[in-house]
Amino acid sequence: MPGKPARSEPQASEARRPVLEVRDLVTTFPADGGRAAVVDGVSLQIAAGEVLALVGESGCGKSVTALSILRLVPRPGRVASGSIRLAGRDVLSLGVAEMRAVRGALGAMIFQEPMTSLNPVQTVGEQVVEAIRLHERTSADAARRRTVELFERVGIPDADARFDTYPHQLSGGLKQRVMIAMALSMRPKLLIADEPTTALDVTIQAQILELLREVRDRFATAILLITHDLGVVNELADRIAVMYAGRVAEEGTREEVLAAPRHPYTQGLLASIPSRARPGEPLAEIRGVVPSAGEWPKGCRFATRCSRVLDRCHDVPPEAIALSDTQRAWCHVVAREEGRA
Amino acid sequence: MEGYVVSNAVVVAVVVGGVFAAWAVRRSRFWSESFRELARRRPLALAAIAVYVLLGLADAVSWVGDAEGLEGVAAHQPRTLLDRAFPADFKERSYSAPLADVEFYGAAPLARPGAHWLGTDILGRDVLLLTLKGARVALLIGGLTSLIVIPLALLFGMSAGYFGGRVDDAVFFVISTLASIPHLLLLIALILVLGRGPVQVCIAMGITNWVGFARVVRGETFKLRELDYVQAARALGASEWRIVLRHILPNLMHLVVITFVLLFSGTVLSEAILAFLGIGIDGSWGQMIDQARDELARDPIIAWNLASASAALFGLILSVNLVGDAIRDILDPRTLRENL
Repeated sequence: MPGKPARSEPQASEARRPVLEVRDLVTTFPADGGRAAVVDGVSLQIAAGEVLALVGESGCGKSVTALSILRLVPRPGRVASGSIRLAGRDVLSLGVAEMRAVRGALGAMIFQEPMTSLNPVQTVGEQVVEAIRLHERTSADAARRRTVELFERVGIPDADARFDTYPHQLSGGLKQRVMIAMALSMRPKLLIADEPTTALDVTIQAQILELLREVRDRFATAILLITHDLGVVNELADRIAVMYAGRVAEEGTREEVLAAPRHPYTQGLLASIPSRARPGEPLAEIRGVVPSAGEWPKGCRFATRCSRVLDRCHDVPPEAIALSDTQRAWCHVVAREEGRA
Repeated sequence: MEGYVVSNAVVVAVVVGGVFAAWAVRRSRFWSESFRELARRRPLALAAIAVYVLLGLADAVSWVGDAEGLEGVAAHQPRTLLDRAFPADFKERSYSAPLADVEFYGAAPLARPGAHWLGTDILGRDVLLLTLKGARVALLIGGLTSLIVIPLALLFGMSAGYFGGRVDDAVFFVISTLASIPHLLLLIALILVLGRGPVQVCIAMGITNWVGFARVVRGETFKLRELDYVQAARALGASEWRIVLRHILPNLMHLVVITFVLLFSGTVLSEAILAFLGIGIDGSWGQMIDQARDELARDPIIAWNLASASAALFGLILSVNLVGDAIRDILDPRTLRENL
């Protein structure tokens, strides 16, 4: 059966390799006169059971990166170059049918808006059953049993009765749980969570994060968490990649990036969290706005807003500076501090 | 001879389809509750439509035989259930006023004095029977045309809206071309080419009418295509056609229902205009109205022919429109949530 994914039984040789390896990904969209790279040379790796948080402001290309991984970039956007390996498969070279077999089975995605991510005219159970039967020939009964099991596993109370309800009869938190159940239905090796908690109440947010942590631990799922909420990152992430204007600015473990950020952008981002401000003092901010794709500076992309900008920042794109085995920053200022400029 | 067999088969198909539709409505909570709400809001109009449908079905089932009182060829013609509700030779020689005992002109005694409740027409045919028989023609026009229009519009509208690009360009070219030809002219030309039978007229009206709904479907599909659950289905590995059939089409069904109702009344009315131009369908109310035009000029005036056909037409269109408005209210996405 071509393109039929194997069920998840990690083999010794493959367990070593990262589940997801993205190298020099470039995704372009048409802009006046040509194509602008919205994602410009991003490289990422996630191992099984690891949560990588992709952090950045709106429009920095983090969602497009995620969509590129499953080749879901809406037309007329497209992946222009780079390589993506997902569970040993070269995603960019797969045919349309093979790619469909990968989506949902090897790499699944949950979206920001649980309110609109479910089809309003189908019961939630039917939708999960459909997700299962897209990839597996099972009887309707077996699929239903599995769906109810999944519902129980993601913490939907009264799972059997919930099977026959319509999305609008469920709360936002329950809908997001249904979405997670749907995404987990084939035990994917990679789960992409695009702002999974942004649309939810704070209490529900904590529950969903707890659920994602459980998923990671129990199934050794690699999770790509896309968010701009550093609180969520602190809760869940093992490693962090900070994106700015289509490029990774800094990456490292959670402790490194949150406790000892080196890139001025990461520092600014962390300083602007309101809870870190002292009462009575104005909130810290990063002045200016992210330039839009196509108008990016030719040197360091953060140069226009950086408070510690050097002359060469405007002309030369920075190289990666390794700060530890795991932490790297793309910054001339860091390079100078490290004495490597 | 074969015509009535086909017609009987169609009745069987319609009844089976109706039973299946009723079963499907009962099975889906959404549709059964919508229907219940409709019955609560418009009981009379629904009942009127039911009467028209029953009349239409009664006039579509026919068989040969039991022709007491008829002679020659007429005795071997199939007669419908509705015909059989009246005496076989329920005819006079010419006009008779409603419930009259003598002919309208000349006062010769009638064969069946006082039996023609709505009078007779110029050929002495009973107007009540003619009017009741018109229900079948009206339902055929409205129903068949809608059945042609809706699949056509869905096919073209959904592919244009969903796939976009070249498909959209091609479909939109066809739509714009059809829309730029004067409606009536195209209709007349098609009827001249296809012929004047009832099915042919319906096909002609179908071809001229699908454009509007196709545009609506295209726009709606365009919107649905970008919705998160379509994206989510794609992210789960669903194929394009699966997405169209499982996620787009079901979300267009409220439009289909509303359009069916509006198209139905629209085409029944436009057939009346075709009849006026002399290319209508035999036995339609439009044709009765057209034939009655001259009678209005007579002195004393003959109005019963026109009046009963118009009243029947008016009753059907009014009930269909009332039901259509109610359906639109019930299925409106903005009020949808509260109704469930």
